[in-house]
Amino acid sequence: MNHRTRNLTLILISLFFLVLITGCGKKKEPPRPQEPPEIKSVTAALSASPASIERGQSSTLTWNTENADQVTLDGRAVDANGSRNVSPARTTTFHLVAIGKGGTRQADATVTVTEPPTADITPPAITLTDEQIFAQNVTDIYFDYDRYDLRPQSQQALATAARAISQHPNWRVRIEGNCDDRGSTEYNLTLGENRARAAKDALIQAGVSADRLQTISYGKEKPACTEATEDCWQRNRRDHFVLIH
Amino acid sequence: MLKAAWKNSTLLLILLAASLAPASAQDWIRTGTNRGAPIRLAVPDFRSANAEPQTAPLNQVFNQTLWTDLDNSGIFEMVSKSFYPMLMPGRPTEMNLDAWGNPPPNAAMVAFGNLGVSNGRVAVQGWLFDTKNSASPQVLGKQYNEEANADNARLIAHRFADEIIFRLGGGIPGVAETKIYYISARGGHKEVWAMDYDGAGQHQLTHLGSVALSPRVSPDNSRVAFSGLGASSWQIMMYSLDLGRLVTFRQFGGSNYSPAWSSDGTKIALASSMGTGSSEIYMADASGGEPKRLTAGKTDISPVFNPKTNTQIAFVSGRGGLPQIYTMDVDGSNLQKVTDQGYAVSPSWSPNGLLLAFAWTRHYGPGLPGGQDIYLMDIASRQFVQLTHDAGKNDFPSWSPDGRHIVFQSTRAGGEQIWTMLADGTHQQQLTREGRNSQPNWSFK
Repeated sequence: MNHRTRNLTLILISLFFLVLITGCGKKKEPPRPQEPPEIKSVTAALSASPASIERGQSSTLTWNTENADQVTLDGRAVDANGSRNVSPARTTTFHLVAIGKGGTRQADATVTVTEPPTADITPPAITLTDEQIFAQNVTDIYFDYDRYDLRPQSQQALATAARAISQHPNWRVRIEGNCDDRGSTEYNLTLGENRARAAKDALIQAGVSADRLQTISYGKEKPACTEATEDCWQRNRRDHFVLIH
Repeated sequence: MLKAAWKNSTLLLILLAASLAPASAQDWIRTGTNRGAPIRLAVPDFRSANAEPQTAPLNQVFNQTLWTDLDNSGIFEMVSKSFYPMLMPGRPTEMNLDAWGNPPPNAAMVAFGNLGVSNGRVAVQGWLFDTKNSASPQVLGKQYNEEANADNARLIAHRFADEIIFRLGGGIPGVAETKIYYISARGGHKEVWAMDYDGAGQHQLTHLGSVALSPRVSPDNSRVAFSGLGASSWQIMMYSLDLGRLVTFRQFGGSNYSPAWSSDGTKIALASSMGTGSSEIYMADASGGEPKRLTAGKTDISPVFNPKTNTQIAFVSGRGGLPQIYTMDVDGSNLQKVTDQGYAVSPSWSPNGLLLAFAWTRHYGPGLPGGQDIYLMDIASRQFVQLTHDAGKNDFPSWSPDGRHIVFQSTRAGGEQIWTMLADGTHQQQLTREGRNSQPNWSFK
């Protein structure tokens, strides 16, 4: 044991000097002072025109970003600014992600698709219209990693949702909390529960009566997508809202 | 300059300390996991007792199962068959102690015997001999007789293996007859499944058609509690192994997750949002009566009793940010934080009450080194040992009743699959291969 300690001490001392010598060598060239680059904040905007189409018609998506190194639209890399015609078969939310040194910004635009009117039978409009209004006004909200507090844009979305729900006293709403698949199965159930509850509390605060709102956590059991990408993980960290008749 | 040098030598000291640590870690981990110095054991294939056509295939199943059980036990150094003498003994009169006790086999113990099928019954005679005790070498002599089929050949091998393990392993019963309950999605939905401890006989128990999670078998092997997704909430559900169907269990408000049995079977701990709207730890009696809230952490889940005393509960809470492991007394007092870095989940309390196994990502965040691995922590000293390394995401460890093994889930082979290992991290082997399989729970006996 004594030998071992002595050997260790010797090794330590010699390494100490080695470090001193090499350390000195490195210090000879002083680093050139450099201005830290100014980090500009990233912006992202996405819009659809028109926002509502009949099935078969097309809508134009237009996006603008600033100071982003990487811009993706629904997971596909696109130019910093641009536009594209889309013709979705059903109501679709497009998702823009801009990543730059100043952070990550996201923007959503929903194209609502309606059934073209049929000649002979007019569909009973009430429930269909309800679903359309619900889809337009009560949209999914997204969360940061391992967090369940509401982002500012989620609070705006919930204010819109609360107005629509209040205007339709026959609506009941189920709030489904979801997580990305990186956390552990059981812990994610509590995380999803708290995400659903955060939305419920905000809706109650905005005047919706609690007995019209149900919450459930799906943890990571019902993912919207399954790719191991930041974009997919973000799409799964969400509250999804379902209209119950 | 001096500062940098000092920093470097500090780092060096830490590295040195880390490289010296495993030797001492090995000591407490062996003490805590019921593993002493291994005994050299020879197991020559059992002889076929007759020429009946069923004898040879059943004998092959028997020999393979017996060898695997003894090898799996972790208390033997199995003597390689290439060192064995030419003559394989089938009964004590054919046993030459010197030939087995001296090199090359140099075995301390020999297990041997014979198997024969006649009139649709399989009969097995098995012995365990101590090579160093020529005066009275017999340690064990056992006879078995069952209906002749492969399942019974396996069962007899398990029983004989457990006799040997009990006799030579410090009087602790072996685990060859234990079961593992788990979740499998191979049928399209996550349902509760069961299998033997070695992965044989995998079969589906529940048919919910929604999602089943967190199966936990009762200490008497009569029921499996789990969390099932109902129409509007998660509820604790109960599958009767005796009746082969779901039986009623008390429904609570809110959602209810991760049930856990006390080792005396009288209590169930669970996580529930019944009271506050957020998940907290509750304790109820075994039928769900008198639920009592024990925590107020808003993010509390995955309780597990100390099976030695049933007076403490370990659980997971995200009350301080990322989830960590905590312990408390069963009345909610004496709260202790066990881990204080990274992302720590899925505690399993060792049968002797001394160790916690859990899943830990010690450095949590994008780009940081290491993954989610299984760790053991000595609760008294807070010393820990990493059991899995550089092999996928590992989660949901569960102790075997003898405290020598741990079953867990791992993504190292692609999707989630169930693996076992000895409790010192050696002897890792895959049990499931079909579909995705997760959340294993080892039976109490």
